[in-house]
Amino acid sequence: MSPQTDPPLVLEVSALAKRYGELRAVDGISFEVRQGEIVGLLGPNGAGKTTTINMLLGVLAPDAGAIRIAGIDLARQRSQALACTNFAAVYAALPGNLTVAQNLRVFGLIYGVARLRARVASLLAEFDLERLADTKCGVLSSGEQTRVALAKAMLNRPRLLLLDEPTASLDPSAAQLARAHIRQLAREGGCGILWTSHNMYEVQEVCHRVLFLSRGRILLQGDPKRLPQEHGADSLEALFIRLAREPLSAQAA
Amino acid sequence: MRLRPIAGILLRQFYLIRGSPVRVLPMFAWVAIDIVLWGFITRYLDAVSGARVNFVATLLGAVLLWDFCTRIMQGLTTAFLEDVWSRNFLNVFATPLRIGEYISGLVATGIATSVVGLVIMLLLATLAFGLSFLSLGLALVPFLLVLFVFGIALGVLASAMVLRLGPASEWLVWPLPALLSPFMGVFYPISTLPVWMQAVARVLPPSYVFESMRHVLAGQAADAASLAAGVLLSVIELVIACYVFVAVYGYAVRSGLLARYSAESVG
Repeated sequence: MSPQTDPPLVLEVSALAKRYGELRAVDGISFEVRQGEIVGLLGPNGAGKTTTINMLLGVLAPDAGAIRIAGIDLARQRSQALACTNFAAVYAALPGNLTVAQNLRVFGLIYGVARLRARVASLLAEFDLERLADTKCGVLSSGEQTRVALAKAMLNRPRLLLLDEPTASLDPSAAQLARAHIRQLAREGGCGILWTSHNMYEVQEVCHRVLFLSRGRILLQGDPKRLPQEHGADSLEALFIRLAREPLSAQAA
Repeated sequence: MRLRPIAGILLRQFYLIRGSPVRVLPMFAWVAIDIVLWGFITRYLDAVSGARVNFVATLLGAVLLWDFCTRIMQGLTTAFLEDVWSRNFLNVFATPLRIGEYISGLVATGIATSVVGLVIMLLLATLAFGLSFLSLGLALVPFLLVLFVFGIALGVLASAMVLRLGPASEWLVWPLPALLSPFMGVFYPISTLPVWMQAVARVLPPSYVFESMRHVLAGQAADAASLAAGVLLSVIELVIACYVFVAVYGYAVRSGLLARYSAESVG
């Protein structure tokens, strides 16, 4: 993309750092996400992906660095920044003791969604949830819960959407449908998406760009279709495995 | 402070209560049992004392007022615990919701649930045991105000405790009112207490209410200065409780406790 045609930035992360005692969970990372772009945040378990997502969601304060969402400083204007953000994560299921429609109404109010009744109806239709509207979320299948989580994540028409392993518990068919839907959201909804996944096939299919995170640092970034070739690997998965197993000294070099 | 996010917190509790008889029952069952139990005890005491003291008014009235205060605290704390039980912190706190709006939503829930309990208690105490709350006159207004504000303060503090100490600390919260009640002179004058307990009583706003209630029922005028002190103290303690909650929340965000709450500690 040329500077003249670059879509606006929806996320700017600069020198972000977080320590837990001696452990540097996130070690001064910087990256950006633009409107309509899907960026994959990859890395082995414990690489710092979820810590990074938690800081972007404002539930974990960084030790250093800055986060700007749609140009708004998260540290200074938390509420305004989070009003244009939303997320879905496999470990953050919506309360199972409320129905699908109740959860959407409650979170719609919390996000300050205008014309909430119409917005909820439209999301129920868009995510094929109409027949489940009065079903408690706790009894839904994994695929249905993912659709509810994505519907909730789209309530406020976010500029930045954070998806932490959104297809982790889905069968291949449901995962394929979810991926198609998320791509459509980026294309038509105009939001930038930060996506974490351990499924390299999925990452190559969906992401425009990936960031390889290991031990809290970004080791590589680029187009997931070209990166393996550029680094002498057979596939993105092979590159992932090589980077994940590399000793810290080699990474530093 | 925006109203819609507060309404969201309140609506969630409404949905939960509406859809669950086990949440509806505690709103009035325990207070009703308390009123029935103390109603018969006071009726018996009235009979054996030869009507020298009006036990119905002094003891049953005290039970009713104290139950009102504890119901507010429990209503607010239960609303907070719903987020703990359903592991909902990430969903709630990763939103534009401000911490003051979250606390306000909890307070609104506490008010709504405790009013139900208060109405049931008043009806039962009046119709079954002849308690006339109107005999307390205008003093009833500051009485309820102090207990209401103190109940909220206690609920906010209890929620801060659970946020800081983890989900298992829930058991520390429920006995809090029982732990404080001996100091507050719910059933006896503060002068009955040893000096050190009287000192503690002076910083607990409900003790001013129960002392004044006994004065009024004995035919004396309510001590306006004492009640004003009770109101002021309860407001100060509410501000302190909110400050503690905000400080604990800030610690939870800095330390990672909020993001990893199920681990109970981040040490």
